[in-house]
Order: sequence, then C-alpha cells, then structure tokens
Amino acid sequence: MKILVCMSVVPDTTTQIRFKPDMNSMETTGIQWIINPWDELALTRALEIREQPDSVVTQVSVVHIGLKDADPVIQKALAVGADSAYRVNVAAAGAMEVACQLSEVVKKEHFDLVITGHDSADYNGSAVGEMLAELLDWTSFSSISSFSAARDSITIEREMDSRTETIIAHPPCVLTIQKGIAKDPRIPSLRGIMGARSKPLLQLEPIPCTGTSAYVKFENPAPRSKCRMIDPANPEELVELLRNEANVL
Amino acid sequence: MNFELTEEQKMIQQAARDYANRELILDVLERDANSIYPAKHVKALADLGFMGMMVDPKYDGSGMDTISYVLAMEELSKVDASVSVIVSVNNSLVCYGIEAFGTEEQKEKYLKPLARGEMIGAFLLSEPEAGSDATSQHTTAEDMGDHYLVNGTKNWITNGNSASVYILIAQTHPELKHKGINALIVDRHSPGITLGPHEDKMGMRSSDTHSVMFTDVKVPKENRIGADGFGFKMAMMTLEGGRLGIASQALGIASGAYERAVKYSKERKAFGTEIFHHQSVAFKLAEMYTRIECGRLLCFHAAWLKDNHQPFGVASAMAKYHCAETAMWVTTEAVQIHGGYGYVKEYHVERLMREAKLTQIYEGTSEIQKLIISRDIFSH
Repeated sequence: MKILVCMSVVPDTTTQIRFKPDMNSMETTGIQWIINPWDELALTRALEIREQPDSVVTQVSVVHIGLKDADPVIQKALAVGADSAYRVNVAAAGAMEVACQLSEVVKKEHFDLVITGHDSADYNGSAVGEMLAELLDWTSFSSISSFSAARDSITIEREMDSRTETIIAHPPCVLTIQKGIAKDPRIPSLRGIMGARSKPLLQLEPIPCTGTSAYVKFENPAPRSKCRMIDPANPEELVELLRNEANVL
Repeated sequence: MNFELTEEQKMIQQAARDYANRELILDVLERDANSIYPAKHVKALADLGFMGMMVDPKYDGSGMDTISYVLAMEELSKVDASVSVIVSVNNSLVCYGIEAFGTEEQKEKYLKPLARGEMIGAFLLSEPEAGSDATSQHTTAEDMGDHYLVNGTKNWITNGNSASVYILIAQTHPELKHKGINALIVDRHSPGITLGPHEDKMGMRSSDTHSVMFTDVKVPKENRIGADGFGFKMAMMTLEGGRLGIASQALGIASGAYERAVKYSKERKAFGTEIFHHQSVAFKLAEMYTRIECGRLLCFHAAWLKDNHQPFGVASAMAKYHCAETAMWVTTEAVQIHGGYGYVKEYHVERLMREAKLTQIYEGTSEIQKLIISRDIFSH
C-alpha cells in the first residue's frame, strides 16, 4: 500500500499574521515556515503504520503544491522518515487548484491512500481533502482520529460528539485527519537530517487547473476596547452601562 | 565570509530546540530539586544521534560539523545545562579523545558504543590537588609489563557513576613530570574502583558528579591512548574541544535567561506600562543581546577553525571565557529583571544563574582561559 501525505507549508503558529497594504494577501517577510501541524501529525501516523512489523505499507511520500522556497521545509518531512517527496511547482491560488494539482500526482504515481490534515494553519480552508476525493472519484472520510491498515482494508475511527464510529474502508480513499491521530510530531534524528539529502524530492510541473474562488479581502478583527472597572459598591452604574452603552439589557 | 547556516544546520538546531522545549522542560525543575539523573533523556538524545554528533559515521556517529554541535549545545542548554553537560563530556572529551588519538581496536570496542550512546563516557583529569594545575597528577599508572596498575583519586567527575567508560589521566613516569603522564581507557566496573558520594552541587544538579577512587586497578596496556607519555598532550588537545562545548553551553544558559527576560518584560507591567518600555530594563536587554551575539560569533569562529583543521585552542579559550562571564552576568540581570519572581524556581532564571556559575569554573576556569589567551598574545 502506498500512502501519500499532503503537506502545506505554513507560518510558524506563533507568528503574528500581518497583511499587505492591499489587504488581500499575507505579508510573508520574516516568517519562519513549518510543516502544517495537522499534516505533520498525519505523516507521523503514516510512518508509525509503515514501521509496524509486517506492515502492508510499502511507501510513505509527501506532496506539496508550491514553489522552491518550500524545499527546506519538505526536507524535514524526508528527515523524519518519508521515503520521497513531490512538489508541484506552482503558487496555487486556492483550495480547488491545490486539489486539482494533487489529483494529478495521485493518479500518476498510483497511490492507494491519501491523507490530508484537518485544515492548514494559514487559511484554514478545510476544503482540499473533500475536493481531492471528488476529483479522483474516491471515497472520502473526514475527521479521522485513528486509522490502521491491513492488506485490503483500512480501519478508521471517528470521534463524534457522544460516540466513536469504527469504519472498515477499502482503498483507494482519502482521509482527512483531526486531533488524536498521533501524539506528537517526530523530531528528526541527525542521521535522518543528513540522509534526507539523498532521498528523492521531485519537482513536477503543474497541469492547467482553474480555481473556483479567490480571496478578495482580509480584515483584522476590531481592536478590543479597554476594560472598564466599576466600583462594586455602585451596581447601578453597571446596569446603566449594560443598558445604554453595551445595549445588552 | 558567510554567516548563513546551512539548511541541515538549521534543522539540527531546530531538532535540539524541539527536544528541549518539548521534553527537557517537563521535568527539569523536579530533576534539579532532587538531583535526579536524566537517564531517559540521555537515551532519547542518543537515539536522535546527539551523543556522538561529530564522530565519523563509520564509527556509528552522526558525522556533523562543529558548528552543528555548537548549535545543539546552545539549544539544549537554554533549557537544561545538566543534560547538555552530559552531551558535552561524551562528545567533546570522550568520543573526540578516542577518535582523534585512539587505535582502530579502541575505536571499534569503545568509540562505536559511545557514539551510539549505548555507553556513556567520563573524562578523569581533576584531582583533589590538581585542578587548574593539571600537570600535578598524583594518580599513578605504574607500568607492570602487560598492564598498568592504577592508584589514586579523581575529583569532580561528571558522569562518574553513569559512565561505562573512563578516560583516565595518570602519571606513569613522575621523573618526566607532565611528559610522563598517560591517558588510559578504563572500564568503569573494573575491580578496585569505588565512588565517593554524589556531590550535592549548587547547580547542574541533575548530572551525576562523583570523586572516583582507584585502588590497584589493572588496566590492559592496549588501553593506553597514544604513545607512552602522550597523556598530558592528549588531555590538553582534547580540552580545546571541551572548552568549546562548555562555551556553547554557557552561551545557551545566557540566551535561555535572556529569552525569558524578554518575555517577562513584555508581560510584566509597572508604573502603568510593560517594563520593557522603561529604559533601565530595555538597555539591560540590549546589553545582554549584544554580549550574547558576541559569544555566539566567538563560538562559531572557534568551531569553524576546528572544522577547517586550523589551530583553535586560543579561539575556544576566548569563546569559553567570554561566554562563561556573559552567562553569569546575563543570568544575574535576568533574575533582576524578574524581581521577586526571578528568585523563585518556577521562573527558571535562578536555576540558570546557578548553572552559569559552574561554566566559569569547570573545563578550565575563566582565569585559566585568560592565561591561555595572554600567553598567546606574548608568544608572537
């Protein structure tokens, strides 16, 4: 079984996000880029399964849709254990274009199972997994909290509000993972870091894909107003403010 | 001149940072309070390849350059210098000493498991009456034909109990003074070796430090490193790299305290504003940052010289001297910025301050570093 983990490259999650003056794209200067945390957990689980005794998984690869400056981040995926990586050399405009480029890689390289993170930590679209399954005409399972692989089947668990669902699925399919899939992302070993250089990182040229949406404008949340302290001996003032200023009474 | 780290070096730095921030931080206070040896961390760091970082992969090491070692030491030391000293001794002193000067048989038998972290090493130089004056070795290694017979006491031995392998510096030919000293690889569990109690230290409390007593301990002749009488030279050459490890450790202690001070100064308010708006705090942080950056560049320079097979002894002495003094000053000021909170354990800076003190003492005191530097000034 060949597993492909889809990988976004996103700003470090402690980054203070700023937008360019036209407010329709992110200011990327000075940002430290990382593997999207959900995708890193998906990769961790895929590697865990591959490393089990008698695993049916023969290959775990990662794919990223983006330009060459993402290569150092992709190297980390190779350093923690991915066998190979693909990068489709295009700055995709939106989820549909990403899904479209991904579908071509999946078809061309004959993967059996595709895993995506719950969402990407930059635009939080939560759309690529479902779109990809649709384009491939594959079964899709979202909000996966656990999965394991046997010869012809995959056992999937989904944590719902008040129950856990267990599903037996047959590849090919697309899984979108949520929390619980793996405890922590892996720290690469020094040998892994040095070995990453000799693993294949293939640059693929994009196919023509048309996006179905475009970002028009981002807005920062309104600044929080200052906290006002009210003397506890004066509850009338509180009521007055709630009624006439906050308009909540 | 290129100041840019390679992608691999950045990844190694990040790996060490991730381990420190994800794992070491969890139990560092408890281990410090109760002097608990960090066995699980040593094992985990060995699995990641940090215990034999610079050893050639043909001897099961990670084959990294010295810059990567400096980066890793700094990141681990920001959080826990007790762990980083174990890493430093194993890498800089024990693995390096055997790889640079040992025989193929010694490398096969000892270096490989040391580089894999399956064995931990210790370096036994200091004695009750021979610290900075390392030529005055009282421990003797009497030549008995096919073996040496060792008697004496070594002090302040990091990894004294946890080590499986010792590199022991001892006197064989007292009449030749330092030219009669030998370096021997000794099995820690050899008959005749006893340990003093665990030293109850001010800082670095999680690493195990002991005195080690030798009474008629037999060491096979083939365990001598280098030619007869090479031991003192071997020790001094090995300590050049050791100094760089501790310089990087001191750098990490300083930058760890600095980062905590910056964070605190953005959160803590006094006189109606965050305290970094007050010039007395901002200027202090500016000075800390500048001194730390100087230290980092000194470490990188010494590492670069070592990687390029150029003499680096004076450069590593300058790095060690500057970084140790910086660590002591920065940690003291970081406690000051934290005020009362800095004096309690929860905020970590008091521990970093205790750890900083040792960097001015071990692997050559600041005074010894100045001696090395000043002798170099007047040798030309």
